[in-house]
Amino acid sequence: MAVDVGGLSPYDWGPTIRAACFGCGKSMKKIMVCLKRVVDYNVRVRVKADGTGVVTDGVKMSINPFDEIALEEALRIRERGGAAEVVVVTIGPADCQQQLRTGLAMGADRAILVEHGTELEPLAVAGLLLKLVEKEHPDLVIVGKQAIDDDCNQTGQMLAALWDRPQATFASKLEVDGDRIRVTREVDAGLEVIEADLPAVVTTDLRLNEPRYVKLPDIMKAKKKPLEILAAGSLGAALEPSLRTTGYAPPPERQKGAMVADVDALVGALRDKGFLG
Amino acid sequence: MTAARNQTSAEDETQILGAIQAWVEREVRPIARQYDHADEYPHHLVTQMQELGLFGATIGAQYGGLGLSASTYARLVTIISEAWMAPTGIFNSHLIMAACVERFGTEEQKQRFLPRFATGELRGGLGLTEPNAGTDLQRIRTTARRDGGGYLIDGTKTWITNGIHGTCFALLTRTDTAADPPHKGMSMFVVEKGPGFTEGKKLEKLGYKAIDSAELVFDGFRVDADRLVGGVEGRGFQHAVGGLELGRINVAARGVGLANAALRDSVRYAQERKTFGKPIAEHQAIQLKLGDMATRCEAARLLVEAAAKKYDAGERCDMEAGMAKLFASEAAVDNSMDAMRIHGGYGYSTEFDVERYFRDAPLMCIGEGTNEIQRIIIARQLIERNPA
Ligand SMILES: Cc1cc2nc3c(=O)[nH]c(=O)nc-3n(C[C@H](O)[C@H](O)[C@H](O)COP(=O)(O)OP(=O)(O)OC[C@H]3O[C@@H](n4cnc5c(N)ncnc54)[C@H](O)[C@@H]3O)c2cc1C
Repeated sequence: MAVDVGGLSPYDWGPTIRAACFGCGKSMKKIMVCLKRVVDYNVRVRVKADGTGVVTDGVKMSINPFDEIALEEALRIRERGGAAEVVVVTIGPADCQQQLRTGLAMGADRAILVEHGTELEPLAVAGLLLKLVEKEHPDLVIVGKQAIDDDCNQTGQMLAALWDRPQATFASKLEVDGDRIRVTREVDAGLEVIEADLPAVVTTDLRLNEPRYVKLPDIMKAKKKPLEILAAGSLGAALEPSLRTTGYAPPPERQKGAMVADVDALVGALRDKGFLG
Repeated sequence: MTAARNQTSAEDETQILGAIQAWVEREVRPIARQYDHADEYPHHLVTQMQELGLFGATIGAQYGGLGLSASTYARLVTIISEAWMAPTGIFNSHLIMAACVERFGTEEQKQRFLPRFATGELRGGLGLTEPNAGTDLQRIRTTARRDGGGYLIDGTKTWITNGIHGTCFALLTRTDTAADPPHKGMSMFVVEKGPGFTEGKKLEKLGYKAIDSAELVFDGFRVDADRLVGGVEGRGFQHAVGGLELGRINVAARGVGLANAALRDSVRYAQERKTFGKPIAEHQAIQLKLGDMATRCEAARLLVEAAAKKYDAGERCDMEAGMAKLFASEAAVDNSMDAMRIHGGYGYSTEFDVERYFRDAPLMCIGEGTNEIQRIIIARQLIERNPA
């Protein structure tokens, strides 16, 4: 039974108090989410015959799954009233507009493509993102912890370092409280909770959320949202590679196994192969 | 009627099919076997379809739909059918009803119904078939008699997809039982369930499980005259036949999906299963099957694309849609049988999906005009287009 407490039922306190506490003060103006176009996770990757890379012609390309999680998190923060705007950015060839359009259809307000034709190293990507950060002044940057194509796991950290702002990597939970964030991280020893001042860079782990699927009417509506295109060369970031890729090769085929009769035969076989002293 | 048809750009199509594929992998494929075996209606999928916008897929944008081209729509249907064919029926026959209103309805009817069809607020299907008349639609017995400012409808429909969970149907009736030939006395109505219009029993089926096929019973059911599609009596048969081109492309697209699914499972299984020291994919008898199956998939897909392209161009395509429907549905049946053989005992097992393809595929040969009728239509068109 509800008790009348000055016109406020006790059942109303929870949400009221939470709403009042949430973001004690202001909500963020802008969250920037960085997306990378990668070969879809369902595709069996093949190395080009000449060993210069992997086949991408006619192959399904998607938003890097960790980045999709980053965008989902940003959208949820905005939908809770924690941010006014979500901007998605990517760096790559003109085709990347597809992934930005998907991001806009998911719910981002605006998109920026930094157009560049060749593969960039994480430091160059972080350098370009820094230029965007200086242009856009986001309160929070969310990126995937790694891209599933090169698995570098460097860009977010490098961006934070170049920007000279805090970083919270491998987030499995993200709470925003005014000018601070509280991030639960998945580390080898278990869960670690850290707090950081905004602006900051957060990189996402798989368990942060499950991204929404895109609704078809939103795909149509997204066509009207702004998508800005900048030339990578015009931003004044260093793009020269410091590594040289000498070749790509598929992993060796798994050798056929052999059956042994018993444990003695197994030990013998392992000894023959030099695996046992 | 050759009104301007929907067009979908390549970029939009990529986005749309990508979104559908992602939804299918997450929500449809994982539940297909369970819901099919339990013959349980997937209510939550319907809610998701509503959010996705599927109930407005082919309805024009000016009425709140997505206005997808037949080509894009066919690919979308194929993608879902590759995982589970049955749920496509929930929006397919709904959209045929919508197309009937959009192509033949009065502007007032379009404004009134299409936006609610597009959101899925009002869902339903197409009521043509009766216990005594399927192929021979001119023999239907459901009547709509003038009564004051409206009509009184009496009769029974059967096999109506979405009959239990849908509430609104495009209903073929006879308004003039004396007309000769009978089709001149046939009229289509848009009817919503209410007093005098109830669903009969849910029909039990071999396949196409989880989706409701039901009898619809009309007993002195009163409708206002503004429910008569197009506002003019005697055009119902044309309205029914007018939706068949798109309907056949849809059924063909489902056939492609089923044929592809049977091939995909077989290609995988043939490499995993070993007999006599090697994967069965290395036995020539299996290779011959895989070769035929893959060729059927490719041919069926190309026929569907060709028919859809003609439809999108606003050209007559009854022969092309008939060919696509005939070939793709037979491909689905043949591939599901070949898949069963390739899978050996496991193909007969309810722990694999092949037995579902095998039960679902034959419907494609029956719905939207049986394959016997498709052959007759194709032959008639051949003669008509090639006079001696
Ligand atoms: C699961 C399911 C869902 C369905 N959903 C709907 C729906 O939503 N709405 C709806 O209105 N109907 C629906 N139907 C009905 C379907 O359209 C009919 O079953 C179909 O049109 C065939 O009609 P029939 O069953 O009366 O067969 P019949 O017309 O009796 O045909 C029997 C056989 O005779 C052959 N045949 C008939 N006439 C000729 C001829 N002139 N020459 C040569 N052969 C001929 C047929 O090809 C068939 O082989 C559905 C059916 C099923 C099974």
